[in-house]
Amino acid sequence: MHLPLEDRLGMNLLAANQHQAEHNREHFEAWQVLALNVMSSPGAGKTALLERSLPQLAQEWSMAVLEGDMTTQLDAERLEAVGIPVVPITTGRSCHLDAAMVSGGLKLLRERLNPNQLDLLWVENVGNLVCPAEFEVGEHHKVALLSVTEGEDKPLKYPLMFRQADVVLITKIDLLPYLPVELETFRRNINSINPKASVISVSALTGEGIDVWHAWLRSARQNTLEPALAMA
Amino acid sequence: MHEVDMTKCLLLALQQWREEQASPQAMVDTIHLDVGRFTCVEPEQLRFTFQAAVAGSWLDGAQLQIEEIPFVGRCLVCNGTYSPTPEGAYRSPCCDHPLEEIVSGRELRIRSIDYRTSLQSAVESQALSLQRV
Repeated sequence: MHLPLEDRLGMNLLAANQHQAEHNREHFEAWQVLALNVMSSPGAGKTALLERSLPQLAQEWSMAVLEGDMTTQLDAERLEAVGIPVVPITTGRSCHLDAAMVSGGLKLLRERLNPNQLDLLWVENVGNLVCPAEFEVGEHHKVALLSVTEGEDKPLKYPLMFRQADVVLITKIDLLPYLPVELETFRRNINSINPKASVISVSALTGEGIDVWHAWLRSARQNTLEPALAMA
Repeated sequence: MHEVDMTKCLLLALQQWREEQASPQAMVDTIHLDVGRFTCVEPEQLRFTFQAAVAGSWLDGAQLQIEEIPFVGRCLVCNGTYSPTPEGAYRSPCCDHPLEEIVSGRELRIRSIDYRTSLQSAVESQALSLQRV
């Protein structure tokens, strides 16, 4: 017997993950929390960016972090030092977070605080330019980081990550004077694979560009969550 | 690797299918998948992890038949379609325009399933043995 799958099952190979991601998203909407999935290769500066951003943003917003790492809690410890609630998620062999892991993280978070009081949730994904882009976790926006030391061609070599991102942060720009690269080439390559993405150059070390990044966050929060509540 | 996670998702989808659309005695022969070339699934890896995952289960012996869907973009300047390549920076060769629209290549889909129920198994086994004679 040859049976085409009913549309109800979604026919999607990742239906189970998608279903859980939608469930997570419903929580975020109910709590009025902007959820961001932060992705990059290992060492591009995800944790450093959060270390730089969170203390400043904490003056405006109540935030928490779900920190994905394969086997250690080193990143979680760095962010806890900043004074923001952090729930570590060790993925074990899995090279990316999925919706079920984030759901588990949310359960642990709810034991520590009332999520209705949160404004922003950061999901720091495992360092990996290949897989995380394929697995929704319920986020409102995907944030991809690319450091200037990784090379101008990375958006072309890892196109899915940069295609899926809503915003791409070019990081470590304080190192540009020492590198044979052009910021404009990075921008052109990102634009080629994803003309819709916002591109922001930053240095977590010097603070350059961080204010532009924060302005993007404010705009994202205002435009993404229900406008009526955002104005409250 | 993520093909393990893809396999887990596939197994969950098949379990749900068996419960909701087919009978509990359904035995799967072939699962027809569409896998787009602009996904992070590598068909051979998926086949390998699937075979390993289903050994000894109700899906033991089921085969994956994977159709790879080409990665095709549409140039919004001239409305022509093209195959985006990294060497071309995924831009349209006709108008040198960035990749605005993806026509195909993002599919990760179970298209259909070939299966039989226990009653049919008996009938089909008989039919096959007659053919061999």
